[in-house]
Amino acid sequence: MSWIDICAIDDIPLRGARKLKTALGCVAVFRTGEEEVFAASDTCPHKGGPLSEGIVHGQSVTCPLHNWVFDLNSGHAQGEDGRIATYPARTEAGRVLIDVARLATRSAA
Amino acid sequence: MTLKLVIVGAGMASGRVIEHLVEENPDAFDVTLFNAEPRGNYNRIMLSPVLSGEKTYDEIVTHDEDWYARHGVTCRFGEHVIGIDRDRRVVIGQKGEVSYDKLIIATGSAPFIIPVQGKDLPGVITYRDLDDTNAMIKAAQEGGKAVVIGGGLLGLEAAAGLAERGMQVTVVHLMGHLMERQLDEAAGYLLRRDLEKRGITIRTQASTKAIIGNGQTEAVLLEGGETLPADLVVMAVGIRPETRLASDTGLEVARGIEVNAQMQTSDQDIYAVGECVEFGGHLFGLVAPLYDQAKVLAQTLLGQPEAFVVKDIATKLKVTGCDLFSAGDFAEGPGREDIVFRDPSRGVYKRLVIEGDRLVGAVMYGDTADGTWFFSLIKDGTKIEEMRETLIFGPAFQEGASADPLSAVAALPPEAEICGCNGICKGTITNAIASGATDLGAVRAQTKASASCGTCTGLVEQLLQVTLGDDFQMPTAQPVCGCCDLTHEDVRRLIKAQELKSQEAVWQELGWKSRNGCHVCRPAVNFYLLADWPLEYRDDPQSRFVNERKHANIQKDGTFSVVPRMWGGITNAAELRAIADAADKYNVPTVKVTGGQRIDLLGIKGEDLPHIWADLNKAGLVSGHAYSKGLRTVKTCVGTDHCRFGTQDSTGLGIKLEQILWGSWTPHKVKLAVSGCPRNCAEATCKDVGIICVDSGYQVGVAGAAGMDLKETERLVDVPTEAEAIEWTVAFIQLYRENAKYLDRPYKWVAKVGLAWVKERLIDPVERARLVDAFELSQSFFRKDPWAEQAKQAERFQPLADLTLEAAE
Ligand code: SRM
Ligand SMILES: Cc1cc2nc3c(=O)[nH]c(=O)nc-3n(C[C@H](O)[C@H](O)[C@H](O)COP(=O)(O)OP(=O)(O)OC[C@H]3O[C@@H](n4cnc5c(N)ncnc54)[C@H](O)[C@@H]3O)c2cc1C
Ligand code: SF4
Ligand code: FES
Repeated sequence: MSWIDICAIDDIPLRGARKLKTALGCVAVFRTGEEEVFAASDTCPHKGGPLSEGIVHGQSVTCPLHNWVFDLNSGHAQGEDGRIATYPARTEAGRVLIDVARLATRSAA
Repeated sequence: MTLKLVIVGAGMASGRVIEHLVEENPDAFDVTLFNAEPRGNYNRIMLSPVLSGEKTYDEIVTHDEDWYARHGVTCRFGEHVIGIDRDRRVVIGQKGEVSYDKLIIATGSAPFIIPVQGKDLPGVITYRDLDDTNAMIKAAQEGGKAVVIGGGLLGLEAAAGLAERGMQVTVVHLMGHLMERQLDEAAGYLLRRDLEKRGITIRTQASTKAIIGNGQTEAVLLEGGETLPADLVVMAVGIRPETRLASDTGLEVARGIEVNAQMQTSDQDIYAVGECVEFGGHLFGLVAPLYDQAKVLAQTLLGQPEAFVVKDIATKLKVTGCDLFSAGDFAEGPGREDIVFRDPSRGVYKRLVIEGDRLVGAVMYGDTADGTWFFSLIKDGTKIEEMRETLIFGPAFQEGASADPLSAVAALPPEAEICGCNGICKGTITNAIASGATDLGAVRAQTKASASCGTCTGLVEQLLQVTLGDDFQMPTAQPVCGCCDLTHEDVRRLIKAQELKSQEAVWQELGWKSRNGCHVCRPAVNFYLLADWPLEYRDDPQSRFVNERKHANIQKDGTFSVVPRMWGGITNAAELRAIADAADKYNVPTVKVTGGQRIDLLGIKGEDLPHIWADLNKAGLVSGHAYSKGLRTVKTCVGTDHCRFGTQDSTGLGIKLEQILWGSWTPHKVKLAVSGCPRNCAEATCKDVGIICVDSGYQVGVAGAAGMDLKETERLVDVPTEAEAIEWTVAFIQLYRENAKYLDRPYKWVAKVGLAWVKERLIDPVERARLVDAFELSQSFFRKDPWAEQAKQAERFQPLADLTLEAAE
């Protein structure tokens, strides 16, 4: 694992998301609780909707274009045949860390 | 041979070590015990009951003089240890040295003091020991006002104690909810509600800037500029391990004194125990793990193999009447699932966090009887797959019952208003039911409840069910979504009747089954709250669809469209030039004249939005809200200014209306038109509100549609003056804002309540004036250009970071 510091937790709105440019395309970093973050692909497998613009509820996000609902833990779309890639993310002392090693290995695969 | 054991700090951790030692081998050590406090070991966690007056100091002493004497402990109380000489193996106290074979550092923690101006003023107290407690008790005897900085465990216990002793207490807390380390927002809401009930004022998201006073504290100044009068300030923002002695001595210290699993520091003859240590990156702030450490340390000193491991801990708050429990890890980490249970009538909230087939965290409020059972499931890592469905109901209940969908109505007090039209409260209705009105028709006839607009029908039916039980057959109504059992209309009514002013209040009091709603209910609840409580509720952009949050319409390729306002469809050369310049500068692929008499710039990148807005702002152009559930356009025709048939200034009225109404949030979008004569070139007869000017004045029509449905407007009123046309329009829109279901256009809402009902309300001049005032009040917050505000935070629209290079390596 290779954790890097992306931003302060407050740079991401509570129950919101910001996006991150990576070699694999955009990755959305979601903040669901005061100290809870998730990272997943920003691109909806349905028609490419930007998930970082969706409504974040519980540990899910709803795509802004046609309302597919994704579980941020597994990446699975509720009741649909679709899944987004998820990446390790965590918070430490108010900072958001993301595992870049995973982003790189995925691209190699 | 008896070894010389010296202990620095007579607190809860070292006290336990001594107990183990004297129990297992009283002759192994000759103990000398230093303590900075002029007393021996007492049960520190019981200081809160001492503060509140429920206990006395004598009742919380763990070891008295007699106990120390009996076990041969040499006490040096009231004496600070100021140094350790490791070469000579001596401990240096204020009154002299003592040599050691083995040394234990057990110095606990020191309260953290935020470095603001005024922190050293007399009247600023921390909360750690008996002296602090006595100082607070003394201050409270004078009465007056206290400000407690910090809404964690310690701060709230201090606040409750001071309130108990008659002080007026305000808690200032930096985070969004109380005890955020131990509680989630829902439990934090309930705790706040209970503390407020006992007269404590809670200020969340409030940051202390300074403490003001001349020789004595007088007030706390908040970051926003507000001052809170304070005769006493309690600083309870956190603790940090007391490591000064250890670091001066050259032991390895990170945040705490570093120890191994045998509680040994980097010097093999020096041990550390309690809150002053750091083990494997962990710090400790509750006694349970300290007692484990004490046991390990005693065994180690007696030559027995033993190792300390970090376990999950459970928290309770020692404030009588605030029943909360939290254990394990209920927040961070992927791979988790929630089970939520709420019972509004009992003020109960429970949430379990499950990872795989195990329970990893639990938060509870109101009913914590099952806390220990859940805690043992967490600690033991018990597989819960089998009982997952009924787990939340606790050990006593393993058959499966569900939350009562009627509990929100059952919880209402008798004076809560159910029927807003006729001012009928719950008690009147339940009395009618008790005296024989056993169906909706009878209740209507007897009380008039639900006999007007009918939107409270659902609640009246629920009252029938609550009162009559199975004797009443409930018609099935569509709930808002899977998160709750209530219809939109019921939610709206209950928000008003129960004065629910925050999302957390709605989730809890109305028995929501999810943690914070979903994309269907949350935008609706956000709108209801801001429409009903414009002063108290702050709009939550995260509860809005992307278009409203971004103030632009998202396109199918993820770009956005930008539509500036053109008041009443009027523009000029300067505005057109600014639009043309922006189209060039941002490479806008499509510029289109919309069906709403203005210009749309389509295909703009998210990152460019704040910049194009800033450019358009410079030319005086503001957001056209082409994206909002709010006022869209007011179409006009040229009217008397140019047209040979024009009867009144239709363009002028359109502009006035747009300037009054813009920026407001409504249940769905609202479109207006004003035509100068019945030829109706502005297509006013199919709008939400359409005004046709005639010789004698203005014909105001409402509830038209020309989208998915097509419907002609119905005449609301004919008025002679422009001012009256405006007054009726504003009053109609406010009535719509106060009553309609989210996502009902006016024509749908009017079809439900009936135009007659709308007219009956608006014809009353007092009600009309109230509606206009309520709209104005709300507009004092919302009649603002969101583009100008968003353009100031341009960085929010940029990606967080660009990792394309790093990830590729
Ligand atoms: C830009 C515009 C079309 C145009 O090029 O002229 C337009 C574009 C959209 N309309 Fe419209 N409507 C536009 C005038 C209309 C009109 C005509 C009018 O306003 O006089 C109507 C019929 C009148 C009405 O409002 O009912 C209209 C009825 C709708 C409806 C159906 C509403 C209904 O209650 O039946 C929707 C869907 C909705 O709102 O749920 C809709 C939704 C949309 C959305 C916002 C769809 C969406 O959610 O993404 C379109 C955004 C396109 C985009 O990518 O930017 N648009 N839309 C017009 C903007 C007017 C303006 O200046 O603000
Ligand atoms: C008001 C209050 C309520 C609490 N409620 C709870 C609760 O409900 N549940 C829970 O689990 N925990 C609670 N705690 C926390 C709990 O009290 C502590 O975790 C525990 O007391 C820590 O034990 P300790 O031995 O490490 O330190 P302490 O008990 O703080 O003892 C350290 C002692 O060392 C002395 N000392 C420090 N430096 C020197 C020096 N250089 N020379 C000589 N002496 C020195 C200090 O004066 C102090 O007496 C509460 C704490 C407070 C203050
Ligand atoms: S009619 Fe309106 S919603 Fe439909 S495609 Fe055209 S712009 Fe989009
Ligand atoms: S693109 Fe996400 S749901 Fe259609």
